[in-house]
Amino acid sequence: MALPLTCLPASSPRERGEESLPRAAAPFLGFARLLRRHAFAVAPEQATSFMQAVTLLGPRSMNDIREAALATLAPSPDRRIEFDAHLRSHFYGDVKPSIEGEEDETRIKDDRGTREEQSQAARQGKGGELTSAREQLSSRDFQRAADGLGAFRRGLASALPARRSFRTIRTRSRGTLDLRRSLGEIVSADGDIPSPQLRRRQTVPRKLLLLIDVSGSMKLHTADYLKLAHAAVQGADRAEVFTFGTRLTRITSALRVRDRDQALARAAVLVDDWDGGTRMGPTLLAFLSVPRFSAFARGAAVVILSDALERGDHADLETAMRRLSARAFRLSLATPLAGDPRFRPATAALRAIVPVLDDLVDGSSLKSLTDFILSLARPAPSAEAIWKRVS
Amino acid sequence: MTRADAEQIAASPEAVAARLAASRYLADDSLATAIFLAIRLGKPLLLEGAPGVGKTEAAKAVAELLGRELVRLQCYEGIDAAHALYEWNYQRQLLAIRHAGEHEIDIYDDRFLIARPLLQVLRVPEQRVLLVDEIDRSDHEFEALLLEFLSDFQISIPERGTIRAATQPIVILTSNRTRELAEALRRRCVYHWIGYPDAAREAEIIMLRAGDVAEATARAVANAVQQIRARPLAKPPGIAEAVEWANAATILEKGGSPWPEAFRRAIGVLIKDEEDLSAIAPELGRIVEESLA
Repeated sequence: MALPLTCLPASSPRERGEESLPRAAAPFLGFARLLRRHAFAVAPEQATSFMQAVTLLGPRSMNDIREAALATLAPSPDRRIEFDAHLRSHFYGDVKPSIEGEEDETRIKDDRGTREEQSQAARQGKGGELTSAREQLSSRDFQRAADGLGAFRRGLASALPARRSFRTIRTRSRGTLDLRRSLGEIVSADGDIPSPQLRRRQTVPRKLLLLIDVSGSMKLHTADYLKLAHAAVQGADRAEVFTFGTRLTRITSALRVRDRDQALARAAVLVDDWDGGTRMGPTLLAFLSVPRFSAFARGAAVVILSDALERGDHADLETAMRRLSARAFRLSLATPLAGDPRFRPATAALRAIVPVLDDLVDGSSLKSLTDFILSLARPAPSAEAIWKRVS
Repeated sequence: MTRADAEQIAASPEAVAARLAASRYLADDSLATAIFLAIRLGKPLLLEGAPGVGKTEAAKAVAELLGRELVRLQCYEGIDAAHALYEWNYQRQLLAIRHAGEHEIDIYDDRFLIARPLLQVLRVPEQRVLLVDEIDRSDHEFEALLLEFLSDFQISIPERGTIRAATQPIVILTSNRTRELAEALRRRCVYHWIGYPDAAREAEIIMLRAGDVAEATARAVANAVQQIRARPLAKPPGIAEAVEWANAATILEKGGSPWPEAFRRAIGVLIKDEEDLSAIAPELGRIVEESLA
């Protein structure tokens, strides 16, 4: 049964097609509409299923209505608290409680939706409080400047490390027999055996994951880093970009806009914690605690653009880096501090993480960064081996 | 078993929960309601949750509840139509062409068709439950292919035409949420998020699943596992690991290790990550002793 309902932007009940519906259906349709107003994706067929489910369950109690809503309207687990709040406000008339997390928790912002998630891992985080000044929220504009990112964008797809895919492609030589296509040839050639068709496993570039520090100490470099990130998202098949400071923000979708000014303007709106403090360890743990995000890191080339100035306790940072390293194909830290020839990884945090890093490189200029990222497919000695030699 | 029989078994969420318990699967009210609704609304059931909370076990229990065979399609990166829908047996087709000589032969006959899980289920929807396991591991293209199957319950084979299920099959999808599934897929399904059970329920599950474990041991294991999961581990232990831990500790205890020691020695079956093991080691003694108290 398809009900002519809810997705119409109509104002009167007649226009909404509700006149023909039993009065008892109104609260359920109203709830679906309420959810849509708060950016939950509720299709008309889901609203119909919701009412069918309520009918099937009796309903014998308000809990039945809640269960029916959860099963048929399928809110994402990240938004369950928000969903419950709307349910209570709609069916019980409760005042909508705050759904924001506590201020001292690392919040995760995903630009696929408008929501902010909380992470269990981040709740452990004490590092941030010790590390830096208070959370300082601000916004930022980006201006266009001449740079050499065009070549980087064009060369990136072929420069990234590759892996063998499970999928196969047709090939003229060096492959296994493709019986499906060969048989087609044989049948069309009336039983004669023409040249056999071959296939072999495809080589695909690995994912590229950029984690950009936008804290106050990186202020001079964040604009360049975001331009680089835009070029990376445009150039690579699968690139993901997150910013971190006191919060973690996914900005990949914003950077998918082709026009750089527009893309960076969108990213600038998304990120709330420009030039604030850093909670690097807890934020990276928060990243790892969301399965959807940590799956990006699996088998990927992960490049962290940060000075890694984690003051105070760096246990969280060490744990996060070890876990990232275990997931990633190659884990690199590009720090602007390494642009100075006198730089040595001497801070306690850097000393702790150098053994798990594949690369610790200069991130002080766009040129050095693009050169480094384009060389990711080439083997190099580990960061520890290099820095032991120079220190 | 016809659809009407299935609906009779799933008369109410309570009936579903009772039947699942008889199949040694303890479902809470929400899960029993979701299964009840999926059967009665004729929609696929999408189960999401962390690894080890019992999503696949739930599908097995539903198949047992309905007295049907479970057909499992394990998803992975790169899975395509030939693995999920059907494939022709090319070797047999080639041999048949050679044997036929001058005679006419239909190389797209049934005997050359290898039915993969989706086709198997379409052919006899009343005897099978389809489990599409870890759909989040597959590519977006495969998810789109599945969408077509889930909305119309039909498969088009170019050489043979369209095969359509006479009745809607029972389909269960699971996801660990390593990526967001398409809204279109979620929309077509009855959805349920399975979380870790509370300590009391986990103790019940351990009693039900483990071979020869005392009730006090099951309770201690459940309490300890709750505390361990609250820590930021790389791989939090699932329910199956908790059951194994209770079993292993019981065996060690019977072999002569006293209680707290038996739990400590068997920790390898609960925590299977070296880093997690070293993170939890200093606190393990205290956690076990508190749980035993």
